[in-house]
Amino acid sequence: MSDASINTETDPLEAEFGDFLALLKPRVMSLVVFTAAVGLLAAPVPVHPFVAFCSVLFIAVGGGASGALNMWYDHDIDAVMKRTARRPIPAGKVSRGDALALGLTLSGFAVVMLGLAANWLAAGLLAFTIFFYAVVYTMWLKRWTPQNIVIGGAAGAFPPMIGWAVATGGVSVESVLMFALIFMWTPPHFWALALFMNSDYEAAGVPMLTVTHGRRATRRHILVYTLILAPLAIGTGFTAISGPIYLAVSVLLNLAFVKGAVDILRRDETHAVADKYRVEKRFFALSLLYLFLHFGAILAEAALRPWGLGGW
Amino acid sequence: MAIQVEHELHKRRRGRNLGLGLVLAAFVAMVFGLTMVKVARTDFSNAPKAAGGDK
Repeated sequence: MSDASINTETDPLEAEFGDFLALLKPRVMSLVVFTAAVGLLAAPVPVHPFVAFCSVLFIAVGGGASGALNMWYDHDIDAVMKRTARRPIPAGKVSRGDALALGLTLSGFAVVMLGLAANWLAAGLLAFTIFFYAVVYTMWLKRWTPQNIVIGGAAGAFPPMIGWAVATGGVSVESVLMFALIFMWTPPHFWALALFMNSDYEAAGVPMLTVTHGRRATRRHILVYTLILAPLAIGTGFTAISGPIYLAVSVLLNLAFVKGAVDILRRDETHAVADKYRVEKRFFALSLLYLFLHFGAILAEAALRPWGLGGW
Repeated sequence: MAIQVEHELHKRRRGRNLGLGLVLAAFVAMVFGLTMVKVARTDFSNAPKAAGGDK
């Protein structure tokens, strides 16, 4: 190697700022921000706007930190899967050590700052969420059981509960129902994704339901979980955080969601391959809208309450 | 080959340092803001009681 080559070669691990941001899974963070903010705003206790803003930010940073820990541990799986091969670690932009350091530092930072800004119950819930996602889901469940996303879904379901705890300092039926809504929504959402991304999971050796039990069983599971989710989501419409707007939105969405799940069950693989998993992809897109509109409706009820319009 | 005064690597490094600087500045502003909000609160329940304090 000449002197010139030393000066012209680019270190593959010289990351940009954006690469570190990518470690925090910004798209997942946006969902965390939204659901945590709804949990906080739907609570019956007002919070100072700046404290609310900082609290949601710390919850998002905690969620991002668990994403970095997930990428640190799952670097081997991510490198094999098409969907994740361009993440900073498999792409060679960030070293595993840096990802681990960032994840651990931000975890501690987010928990302590949330405790100081809001209360220690909310901070404890955030710490548990990070632990659950990074250790229980990533290190244990994901590579071990096809129930990985069923149980692991709890990690994604905690943010509205943390938001609620920021405002009230406690846990109540409403926050548990918001948790349950995301918890029961996660399996059909990810199994629909797994139906049209199956080869990815198979190549990486991740025991998704499609890999271990086959597509027929996955289609059945999607319908069963959707049928459990529907009454839970509609039932939330009769609690203090809801009102006519939520109930109307929820009934319509659940009808569409159940119909989508039935359509998925009715299809066989020949049809699915022939139209490139059109129905499964549509159900997946609907699932994103489903969650967004449910929490959007809870937010609308909370926003209209001061004018005597929201709620029952 | 012409000698490059600034390598692409330096640009990336500068971007990273600038980003970190902004994050730290935002953090300082946030802690200051939180302190102001908490200090300005009037509903402290653990404020020292006046009774018995004066001797």
